[in-house]
Amino acid sequence: MWFDRLLEGLLDTLLMVGVSSLIALLVGVPMAVLLVTSDKGGIFEARLLNRVLGAFVNLFRSIPFLILMVALIPFTRLLVGTTYGVWAAVVPLTIAATPFFARIAEVSLREVDHGLVEAAQAMGCRRWHIVWHVLLPEALPGIVGGFTITLVTLINSSAMAGAIGAGGLGDIAYRYGYQRFDSQIMLTVIAMLVALVAVIQLGGDRLAKGLNKR
Amino acid sequence: MSQASALRAPTPQPLPPTAKEQALRPEVNEAHVRFIGLGKTYPGQAQPALHGIDLNIRRGEIFGIIGRSGAGKSSLLRTINRLEQPSQGRVLIDQVDIAPFDEESLVTLRRRIGMIFQHFNLMSAKTVWQNVELPLKVAGVPKAERQRKVRELLELVGLQEKHQVYPAQLSGGQKQRVGIARALVHDPEILLCDEATSALDPETTASILELLRDINQRLGLTIVLITHEMAVIRDICHRVVVLERGEVVEQGEVWRVFGAPRHEVTRTLLAPLQAKLPASLQASLKASPVSRDSAVVLKLTLLGEPELSALFNDLGGRVRLLQGGVETIGEHALGQLILSVQHSPHETHQLLARARRWAEDVEVLGHVV
Repeated sequence: MWFDRLLEGLLDTLLMVGVSSLIALLVGVPMAVLLVTSDKGGIFEARLLNRVLGAFVNLFRSIPFLILMVALIPFTRLLVGTTYGVWAAVVPLTIAATPFFARIAEVSLREVDHGLVEAAQAMGCRRWHIVWHVLLPEALPGIVGGFTITLVTLINSSAMAGAIGAGGLGDIAYRYGYQRFDSQIMLTVIAMLVALVAVIQLGGDRLAKGLNKR
Repeated sequence: MSQASALRAPTPQPLPPTAKEQALRPEVNEAHVRFIGLGKTYPGQAQPALHGIDLNIRRGEIFGIIGRSGAGKSSLLRTINRLEQPSQGRVLIDQVDIAPFDEESLVTLRRRIGMIFQHFNLMSAKTVWQNVELPLKVAGVPKAERQRKVRELLELVGLQEKHQVYPAQLSGGQKQRVGIARALVHDPEILLCDEATSALDPETTASILELLRDINQRLGLTIVLITHEMAVIRDICHRVVVLERGEVVEQGEVWRVFGAPRHEVTRTLLAPLQAKLPASLQASLKASPVSRDSAVVLKLTLLGEPELSALFNDLGGRVRLLQGGVETIGEHALGQLILSVQHSPHETHQLLARARRWAEDVEVLGHVV
């Protein structure tokens, strides 16, 4: 029975982290590309757009997750019809993770040598070719590394979400471990989280290393 | 470049260069790239990076742009494929002004102009093959055609064995060869070289220059290169322009500029290639004759191969050779002699006048006891 409960918690955590990280990936990468290319001297230079987007990202990144989660309750209800459970947690998790990941991906994209962009222009690349064939492939190892960090951060945040009723390992640790002083459950959950983070970090590092041909 | 097979006939008065060049390469007189009153000022800078540049680059020639760092070489080169936007004046390629080009026309233009870089600028995440293939891929060339072309070019630069390798595993010279293959994959008519050998050791530099010369002859494409090394100009360029503070200070056939540099900057840039006195002798040079036994030290720059005995007779007295050599630039022999002349019956100014009959340029280095 405990096993079932822990397994369910683990699956809930994986679901929350998986869905929100996937959306963060799909939205964050284009956002990062836009942040880099619309900046001064970028290939799609648009200073106003860049400033607005930058401010938006900074705004969401400066709000602590716990506060963001509570502040977003009306929006969450509007979007998924409930403020309780895994899907309700996905909304604030995604909104917190996307700008976070976009900033990390942006740093990797900015590190791409400008000479490569110049070489691509000189060989007759159109601008979206430069994004697709130069910026993204060259920044990929860094983006993978950034995504690993985002996943670990999401596991952390999902436990917080669990504590206010989202389910998952955080919820179990909070209800059984903290409120009922069941240290065995608490330690088991901690061990599971440590293992989960270790697996993600190791996998991410391996992948980033394999992709890095420099 | 210093083979004995190159022109060895004594030519007291060399033919006018254009006539000679024309006879050898009838197409060279046609302007391929033309700069008219070109200027460039970067925002926030008072001094223009380029100012009033008027130049013709002929079809099929290797044209060198030299100058000290910050002279505007790179800016000038980059206006040819519009990586740099001029502030004034025009750039014509095949008589067409490229200033009004939109993105589409620019893409088409850039596929006619290859470019290689000092730091190679290869995509680190792509293999050698993928790097060379990239320009074709973005142009939508079908796969079979791409494979044929990439294979052909890797063969041209001698890297067919390395096609699966990533650039990080290559030496500098090999990286530049990949850069050259990539630049040539669209069969361009112009190749721009941005300090292409400055990051390479002398031996590799020589092999890359050899490759560039070979490409120029075999494919007949116009090469425009910038460098701060005179040796590169000497080894492969037909004509050269010297830039200083964004302006042209000297230009012409390489052998002419080398034989008789007129501008101070050119002389400075040439200094490493000039015949020099041994340091001990240099130190004992005096500004004026000390005694009747003093010898005057002359530096002569000669074109062709004058008869030395006649030259020595003309100077009179005891003539000693202190330093000397002959270089072949293009098909011209360019010699430098440092002589000391002692007990000559002629006064120094007469000596100079006599030496000038033989030499393009004569300089008094000083007097020794």
